[in-house]
Amino acid sequence: MLVFYPADWSPVCGDQIGVYNEMKAEFDEYRAQLLGISVDGAWCHRAFGEARHIHFPLLADFEPKGDVSRRYGAYREKDGFSERALVVIDAEGVVQWSYLSPVGVNPGADGIVAALDALTPEQRGERAAASQGVTGHE
Amino acid sequence: MSNGILTPPVGPEDHVQGSDHAPVTLVEYGDFECPHCGRAHAVVQQLQRELGDALRFVFRNFPLREAHPHAEHAAEAAESVASRGGDNAFWEMHDLMFENQEALDDEDLAAYAEASGVNPAPVREDLAAGAMAGRVHRDFRSGVRSGVNGTPTFFVNGQRYDGNWADAARFAADLLALARTTAAR
Repeated sequence: MLVFYPADWSPVCGDQIGVYNEMKAEFDEYRAQLLGISVDGAWCHRAFGEARHIHFPLLADFEPKGDVSRRYGAYREKDGFSERALVVIDAEGVVQWSYLSPVGVNPGADGIVAALDALTPEQRGERAAASQGVTGHE
Repeated sequence: MSNGILTPPVGPEDHVQGSDHAPVTLVEYGDFECPHCGRAHAVVQQLQRELGDALRFVFRNFPLREAHPHAEHAAEAAESVASRGGDNAFWEMHDLMFENQEALDDEDLAAYAEASGVNPAPVREDLAAGAMAGRVHRDFRSGVRSGVNGTPTFFVNGQRYDGNWADAARFAADLLALARTTAAR
Protein backbone atom coordinates (compact mmCIF):
# COMPACT_ATOMS: atom_id res chain seq x y z
CA MET A 1 0.00 0.00 0.00
CA LEU A 2 1.47 3.31 -1.06
CA VAL A 3 0.37 6.50 0.64
CA PHE A 4 1.42 9.66 -1.19
CA TYR A 5 1.06 12.80 0.97
CA PRO A 6 2.15 16.43 0.67
CA ALA A 7 4.57 16.80 3.56
CA ASP A 8 5.73 15.71 7.01
CA TRP A 9 4.85 17.90 10.00
CA SER A 10 1.25 18.61 9.24
CA PRO A 11 -0.11 20.82 12.02
CA VAL A 12 -2.61 18.30 13.37
CA CYS A 13 -1.74 15.37 15.62
CA GLY A 14 -4.44 13.02 14.45
CA ASP A 15 -4.38 13.28 10.68
CA GLN A 16 -4.43 10.55 8.04
CA ILE A 17 -0.84 9.42 8.74
CA GLY A 18 -1.63 9.20 12.46
CA VAL A 19 -4.68 7.06 11.72
CA TYR A 20 -2.80 4.63 9.46
CA ASN A 21 -0.09 4.43 12.10
CA GLU A 22 -2.59 2.91 14.53
CA MET A 23 -3.60 0.23 12.04
CA LYS A 24 -0.56 -2.06 11.96
CA ALA A 25 -2.49 -4.99 13.47
CA GLU A 26 -5.29 -4.58 10.91
CA PHE A 27 -2.86 -4.43 7.99
CA ASP A 28 -0.85 -7.37 9.35
CA GLU A 29 -4.01 -9.51 9.11
CA TYR A 30 -3.93 -8.92 5.36
CA ARG A 31 -0.14 -9.38 5.27
CA ALA A 32 -0.06 -5.92 3.74
CA GLN A 33 2.78 -3.42 4.13
CA LEU A 34 2.24 0.32 4.19
CA LEU A 35 4.78 2.76 2.70
CA GLY A 36 4.46 6.54 3.00
CA ILE A 37 5.93 8.71 0.24
CA SER A 38 6.51 12.46 0.13
CA VAL A 39 9.16 14.80 -1.28
CA ASP A 40 10.64 15.36 2.18
CA GLY A 41 14.27 14.24 2.58
CA ALA A 42 15.40 11.15 4.49
CA TRP A 43 16.55 13.15 7.56
CA CYS A 44 13.27 15.00 7.71
CA HIS A 45 11.41 11.68 7.55
CA ARG A 46 13.59 10.28 10.32
CA ALA A 47 12.85 13.20 12.64
CA PHE A 48 9.14 13.09 11.80
CA GLY A 49 8.95 9.32 12.24
CA GLU A 50 10.68 9.47 15.64
CA ALA A 51 8.58 12.38 16.88
CA ARG A 52 5.27 10.78 15.90
CA HIS A 53 6.27 7.13 16.57
CA ILE A 54 5.52 6.19 12.96
CA HIS A 55 5.62 2.40 12.54
CA PHE A 56 5.90 2.17 8.77
CA PRO A 57 8.67 3.28 6.38
CA LEU A 58 8.58 6.81 4.99
CA LEU A 59 10.19 7.02 1.55
CA ALA A 60 11.88 10.18 0.26
CA ASP A 61 10.80 11.08 -3.28
CA PHE A 62 13.51 13.71 -3.13
CA GLU A 63 16.00 13.13 -5.96
CA PRO A 64 14.97 13.36 -8.74
CA LYS A 65 12.28 15.29 -6.92
CA GLY A 66 8.77 13.86 -7.27
CA ASP A 67 9.83 11.22 -9.82
CA VAL A 68 7.95 8.32 -8.19
CA SER A 69 4.89 10.44 -7.41
CA ARG A 70 4.79 11.64 -11.04
CA ARG A 71 4.86 8.04 -12.35
CA TYR A 72 1.81 7.25 -10.24
CA GLY A 73 0.02 10.39 -11.40
CA ALA A 74 0.21 11.78 -7.89
CA TYR A 75 2.38 14.90 -8.25
CA ARG A 76 1.35 18.55 -8.12
CA GLU A 77 3.78 20.23 -10.51
CA LYS A 78 2.78 23.78 -9.56
CA ASP A 79 3.11 23.17 -5.85
CA GLY A 80 6.14 20.89 -5.95
CA PHE A 81 4.73 18.21 -3.68
CA SER A 82 2.71 15.00 -3.87
CA GLU A 83 -1.06 14.74 -3.95
CA ARG A 84 -2.92 12.77 -1.30
CA ALA A 85 -3.18 9.48 -3.18
CA LEU A 86 -3.53 5.83 -2.17
CA VAL A 87 -2.42 2.78 -4.16
CA VAL A 88 -2.89 -0.91 -3.36
CA ILE A 89 -0.43 -3.21 -5.19
CA ASP A 90 -0.91 -6.99 -5.16
CA ALA A 91 1.62 -9.77 -4.63
CA GLU A 92 2.36 -9.85 -8.39
CA GLY A 93 3.17 -6.14 -8.45
CA VAL A 94 -0.07 -5.17 -10.19
CA VAL A 95 -1.97 -2.06 -9.08
CA GLN A 96 -5.37 -3.34 -7.92
CA TRP A 97 -6.83 -0.10 -6.58
CA SER A 98 -5.94 3.56 -6.45
CA TYR A 99 -7.56 6.73 -5.22
CA LEU A 100 -6.72 10.40 -5.73
CA SER A 101 -8.20 12.46 -2.92
CA PRO A 102 -9.84 15.84 -3.66
CA VAL A 103 -7.68 18.80 -2.64
CA GLY A 104 -8.00 19.56 1.05
CA VAL A 105 -9.64 16.24 1.96
CA ASN A 106 -7.72 13.74 4.08
CA PRO A 107 -8.63 10.25 2.87
CA GLY A 108 -9.35 7.76 5.63
CA ALA A 109 -8.56 4.05 5.43
CA ASP A 110 -12.04 2.85 4.40
CA GLY A 111 -11.10 2.59 0.72
CA ILE A 112 -7.83 0.78 1.45
CA VAL A 113 -9.53 -1.78 3.69
CA ALA A 114 -12.29 -2.38 1.13
CA ALA A 115 -9.63 -2.87 -1.58
CA LEU A 116 -7.72 -5.34 0.61
CA ASP A 117 -10.97 -7.24 1.26
CA ALA A 118 -11.53 -7.49 -2.49
CA LEU A 119 -8.14 -9.11 -3.23
CA THR A 120 -8.21 -12.78 -4.25
CA PRO A 121 -5.98 -15.23 -2.33
CA GLU A 122 -3.61 -15.25 -5.32
CA GLN A 123 -3.43 -11.46 -5.30
CA ARG A 124 -2.63 -11.59 -1.60
CA GLY A 125 0.26 -13.92 -2.40
CA GLU A 126 -1.20 -16.73 -0.34
CA ARG A 127 -0.64 -19.51 -2.87
CA ALA A 128 3.05 -18.65 -3.04
CA ALA A 129 3.18 -18.38 0.74
CA ALA A 130 1.45 -21.76 1.16
CA SER A 131 3.95 -23.48 -1.14
CA GLN A 132 6.71 -22.11 1.10
CA GLY A 133 4.98 -23.56 4.16
CA VAL A 134 3.98 -20.14 5.51
CA THR A 135 0.60 -19.75 7.18
CA GLY A 136 -1.55 -17.43 5.12
CA HIS A 137 -4.39 -15.10 5.93
CA GLU A 138 -7.25 -16.88 7.65
CA MET B 1 -15.45 2.96 -2.87
CA SER B 2 -17.34 3.51 0.36
CA ASN B 3 -16.33 7.11 0.84
CA GLY B 4 -16.91 8.32 4.37
CA ILE B 5 -20.12 6.38 5.12
CA LEU B 6 -20.78 5.67 8.81
CA THR B 7 -20.38 1.89 9.26
CA PRO B 8 -22.22 0.53 11.19
CA PRO B 9 -25.03 3.07 11.64
CA VAL B 10 -25.98 4.34 15.09
CA GLY B 11 -27.31 1.45 17.15
CA PRO B 12 -28.19 0.31 20.68
CA GLU B 13 -24.50 -0.08 21.65
CA ASP B 14 -23.83 3.62 21.11
CA HIS B 15 -23.71 6.40 23.70
CA VAL B 16 -26.44 8.82 22.70
CA GLN B 17 -27.56 12.30 23.79
CA GLY B 18 -30.87 13.56 22.43
CA SER B 19 -33.95 12.05 20.83
CA ASP B 20 -33.95 9.11 18.43
CA HIS B 21 -36.49 11.15 16.44
CA ALA B 22 -34.18 14.15 15.94
CA PRO B 23 -33.81 15.05 12.25
CA VAL B 24 -30.02 15.44 12.58
CA THR B 25 -27.64 12.86 14.04
CA LEU B 26 -24.06 13.95 14.68
CA VAL B 27 -21.50 11.22 15.40
CA GLU B 28 -18.03 12.12 16.66
CA TYR B 29 -15.05 9.77 16.57
CA GLY B 30 -12.81 11.25 19.23
CA ASP B 31 -9.80 10.80 21.48
CA PHE B 32 -10.03 12.17 25.05
CA GLU B 33 -6.39 13.29 25.03
CA CYS B 34 -6.44 14.95 21.59
CA PRO B 35 -6.35 18.75 21.97
CA HIS B 36 -8.41 19.22 18.79
CA CYS B 37 -11.12 17.03 20.30
CA GLY B 38 -10.93 19.18 23.41
CA ARG B 39 -11.71 22.24 21.29
CA ALA B 40 -14.37 20.29 19.40
CA HIS B 41 -16.08 19.53 22.74
CA ALA B 42 -16.98 23.22 23.08
CA VAL B 43 -18.15 23.28 19.45
CA VAL B 44 -20.44 20.29 20.05
CA GLN B 45 -21.91 21.97 23.14
CA GLN B 46 -22.63 25.07 21.06
CA LEU B 47 -24.30 22.93 18.37
CA GLN B 48 -26.44 21.24 21.03
CA ARG B 49 -27.54 24.66 22.36
CA GLU B 50 -28.38 25.99 18.91
CA LEU B 51 -30.16 22.91 17.55
CA GLY B 52 -31.82 21.76 20.76
CA ASP B 53 -34.23 18.88 20.14
CA ALA B 54 -33.27 18.77 16.46
CA LEU B 55 -29.88 17.21 17.28
CA ARG B 56 -28.94 13.73 18.44
CA PHE B 57 -25.26 13.38 19.41
CA VAL B 58 -23.25 10.15 19.53
CA PHE B 59 -19.64 9.65 20.70
CA ARG B 60 -17.45 6.77 19.51
CA ASN B 61 -13.90 6.07 20.67
CA PHE B 62 -10.94 6.58 18.36
CA PRO B 63 -7.87 6.65 20.62
CA LEU B 64 -4.60 7.46 18.84
CA ARG B 65 -2.41 5.44 21.15
CA GLU B 66 0.89 6.32 19.49
CA ALA B 67 0.24 10.05 19.70
CA HIS B 68 -1.46 10.14 23.11
CA PRO B 69 -0.22 7.84 25.90
CA HIS B 70 -3.37 8.21 28.06
CA ALA B 71 -5.93 7.99 25.26
CA GLU B 72 -6.54 4.24 25.41
CA HIS B 73 -7.12 4.09 29.17
CA ALA B 74 -9.29 7.21 29.04
CA ALA B 75 -11.50 5.52 26.44
CA GLU B 76 -11.60 2.26 28.44
CA ALA B 77 -12.45 4.18 31.62
CA ALA B 78 -15.36 5.89 29.87
CA GLU B 79 -16.69 2.50 28.75
CA SER B 80 -16.20 1.02 32.19
CA VAL B 81 -18.16 3.91 33.72
CA ALA B 82 -20.90 3.45 31.10
CA SER B 83 -21.17 -0.29 31.79
CA ARG B 84 -21.63 0.38 35.53
CA GLY B 85 -23.44 3.70 35.63
CA GLY B 86 -25.25 3.89 32.32
CA ASP B 87 -25.21 6.61 29.70
CA ASN B 88 -25.72 9.49 32.17
CA ALA B 89 -22.52 8.51 33.96
CA PHE B 90 -20.76 8.08 30.62
CA TRP B 91 -21.56 11.65 29.59
CA GLU B 92 -20.44 13.01 32.98
CA MET B 93 -17.14 11.14 32.49
CA HIS B 94 -16.86 12.31 28.89
CA ASP B 95 -17.27 15.96 29.89
CA LEU B 96 -14.87 15.71 32.85
CA MET B 97 -12.10 14.20 30.69
CA PHE B 98 -12.45 16.80 27.94
CA GLU B 99 -12.40 19.56 30.55
CA ASN B 100 -9.26 18.14 32.21
CA GLN B 101 -7.21 16.83 29.30
CA GLU B 102 -3.92 17.66 30.99
CA ALA B 103 -4.70 15.22 33.86
CA LEU B 104 -5.63 11.79 32.49
CA ASP B 105 -3.47 9.27 34.32
CA ASP B 106 -5.15 6.25 35.93
CA GLU B 107 -5.59 8.00 39.30
CA ASP B 108 -7.21 10.98 37.59
CA LEU B 109 -9.52 8.65 35.66
CA ALA B 110 -10.58 6.89 38.88
CA ALA B 111 -11.36 10.29 40.45
CA TYR B 112 -13.47 11.32 37.43
CA ALA B 113 -15.30 7.97 37.58
CA GLU B 114 -16.16 8.66 41.22
CA ALA B 115 -17.28 12.21 40.35
CA SER B 116 -19.51 10.64 37.69
CA GLY B 117 -21.26 8.62 40.38
CA VAL B 118 -19.52 5.28 39.85
CA ASN B 119 -17.47 3.30 42.39
CA PRO B 120 -13.87 3.79 41.19
CA ALA B 121 -12.52 0.44 42.45
CA PRO B 122 -14.03 -1.76 39.70
CA VAL B 123 -13.11 0.88 37.11
CA ARG B 124 -9.48 0.56 38.23
CA GLU B 125 -9.79 -3.23 37.95
CA ASP B 126 -11.25 -2.93 34.44
CA LEU B 127 -8.29 -0.74 33.40
CA ALA B 128 -5.75 -3.15 34.88
CA ALA B 129 -7.40 -6.14 33.18
CA GLY B 130 -8.07 -4.39 29.87
CA ALA B 131 -11.69 -5.46 30.29
CA MET B 132 -13.01 -2.71 28.00
CA ALA B 133 -10.25 -2.92 25.38
CA GLY B 134 -12.42 -5.01 23.05
CA ARG B 135 -15.29 -2.51 23.27
CA VAL B 136 -12.93 0.39 22.48
CA HIS B 137 -11.32 -1.50 19.63
CA ARG B 138 -14.72 -2.23 18.12
CA ASP B 139 -15.34 1.53 17.95
CA PHE B 140 -11.87 2.03 16.46
CA ARG B 141 -12.45 -0.58 13.74
CA SER B 142 -15.80 0.91 12.87
CA GLY B 143 -14.07 4.28 12.52
CA VAL B 144 -11.52 2.80 10.13
CA ARG B 145 -14.33 1.28 8.04
CA SER B 146 -16.21 4.57 8.10
CA GLY B 147 -13.30 6.63 6.76
CA VAL B 148 -12.14 8.41 9.91
CA ASN B 149 -9.23 10.56 8.73
CA GLY B 150 -8.05 12.10 11.96
CA THR B 151 -9.44 13.17 15.30
CA PRO B 152 -12.02 14.44 15.65
CA THR B 153 -13.95 13.15 12.63
CA PHE B 154 -17.66 13.95 12.46
CA PHE B 155 -20.46 12.19 10.59
CA VAL B 156 -23.71 14.01 9.87
CA ASN B 157 -26.67 11.70 9.19
CA GLY B 158 -24.24 8.95 8.28
CA GLN B 159 -21.96 10.91 5.94
CA ARG B 160 -18.49 12.18 6.88
CA TYR B 161 -18.46 15.95 7.41
CA ASP B 162 -15.54 17.31 5.38
CA GLY B 163 -16.24 20.94 6.26
CA ASN B 164 -14.26 22.79 8.90
CA TRP B 165 -15.76 21.75 12.25
CA ALA B 166 -13.77 24.47 14.03
CA ASP B 167 -15.99 27.09 12.35
CA ALA B 168 -18.82 26.54 14.80
CA ALA B 169 -21.16 29.14 13.29
CA ARG B 170 -20.88 27.58 9.84
CA PHE B 171 -21.20 24.04 11.23
CA ALA B 172 -24.37 25.06 13.10
CA ALA B 173 -25.79 26.71 9.98
CA ASP B 174 -25.13 23.54 7.94
CA LEU B 175 -26.87 21.40 10.55
CA LEU B 176 -29.82 23.78 10.94
CA ALA B 177 -30.36 23.79 7.18
CA LEU B 178 -30.28 20.00 7.19
CA ALA B 179 -32.71 19.88 10.13
CA ARG B 180 -35.19 22.04 8.18
CA THR B 181 -35.02 20.00 4.97
CA THR B 182 -35.16 16.68 6.84
CA ALA B 183 -38.09 17.76 9.01
CA ALA B 184 -39.96 19.06 5.92
CA ARG B 185 -39.82 15.69 4.19
